[in-house]
Amino acid sequence: MAQFTLPADSAVRDGRTWPAPGDAKRPRTFVVYRYDPDSDENPRRDRYTIDLADCGPMVLDALIKIKSEIDPTLTFRRSCREGICGSCAMNVGGRNGLACISAIEDYPGAVAVHPLPHMPVVKDLVPDMSHFYAQYASIKPWMRSRPSPPDRERPQSKEERERLDGLYECILCACCSTSCPSYWWNGDRYLGPAVLLQAYRWLVDSRDEAAGERLDDLEDPFRLYRCHTIMNCTTACPKGLNPAKAIAGIKKMMVARSV
Amino acid sequence: MARNRPLSPHLQVYRLPLSALMSISHRATGMLLAAGSLVLVYWLAAAASGPDAFAAAQALLGSLPGRALLLVFTFSLFYHLGNGIRHLFWDAGLGFELRTAHVSGVAVIVAAVVLTLAAWALGYAMR
Repeated sequence: MAQFTLPADSAVRDGRTWPAPGDAKRPRTFVVYRYDPDSDENPRRDRYTIDLADCGPMVLDALIKIKSEIDPTLTFRRSCREGICGSCAMNVGGRNGLACISAIEDYPGAVAVHPLPHMPVVKDLVPDMSHFYAQYASIKPWMRSRPSPPDRERPQSKEERERLDGLYECILCACCSTSCPSYWWNGDRYLGPAVLLQAYRWLVDSRDEAAGERLDDLEDPFRLYRCHTIMNCTTACPKGLNPAKAIAGIKKMMVARSV
Repeated sequence: MARNRPLSPHLQVYRLPLSALMSISHRATGMLLAAGSLVLVYWLAAAASGPDAFAAAQALLGSLPGRALLLVFTFSLFYHLGNGIRHLFWDAGLGFELRTAHVSGVAVIVAAVVLTLAAWALGYAMR
């Protein structure tokens, strides 16, 4: 049964308010989720006010500024700062996205920053992604050919290659999966939009020879069919992909092979 | 480790888009329709039981709270119907582009309101 509230040990308390710089030309407050695994305390929200006149344009720039100038204990993942690595996926202003390509000016007022929703938190904005990655591994995300790989190239027509457009661009940042209420309530068994989009990416690959087995693995009330077309995934995807449509593609393949 | 890892906030912080609000409304209206069908059975059973029972049912459903409930039921019916058709298109793999999904969602809401008002206007006109 889905639990719509947070467990008692996860309730977020009010945290510390850091003073605004006195000479700020464009002050802006960031309300940031904090959790310290080395203490027994509940998570809290700390308020930091920084001067946007002396900060890069993106939410990640603000977080880096807070970490280097105000509070070095603030912890978050980041790497490429250009929307291709997926490390800085988090919930900003109530929507999932990549902090590095989310412009501060798109958020009115104080900017709320939380970790990806409904995930175990390792520290601050760093969620534990182990289960998500294990689910990805479970769909066998590689080319499967029987009995063994051919000894020459597998040519692909232009049309066959085009079927992978809108799928291969996925960076597995988990913005979509952790925006999905079905994944929140049934993430232990439901694969979620990101992993299903990846599954579809292999199902429609003309070079893959295991489509039947892949569909067998997905044919399950939970793994695939917990998708109710809520569309949060497509709304959230920072790469502009459409996981909801990919999942519908899998459901169609299920129907097509059974009639 | 002193304690379990906390669960990050979800419903508490997520700003649900229209598509998600319509999805949960689809489920809610579905449950209302299931409950409403029992009311329909009650009304039919009353009609079959004789004039006194039917008059009582008419008085109950015709009262102000009764009518308010029927209004909610009517809206639920048209909303669930319209959104159900939207789901049929999705099942066929159509209408997944964000803009299309938004437009179809707004269309369902508008259609449900218009059809509800039309049904009630018709009902009152036939009295």
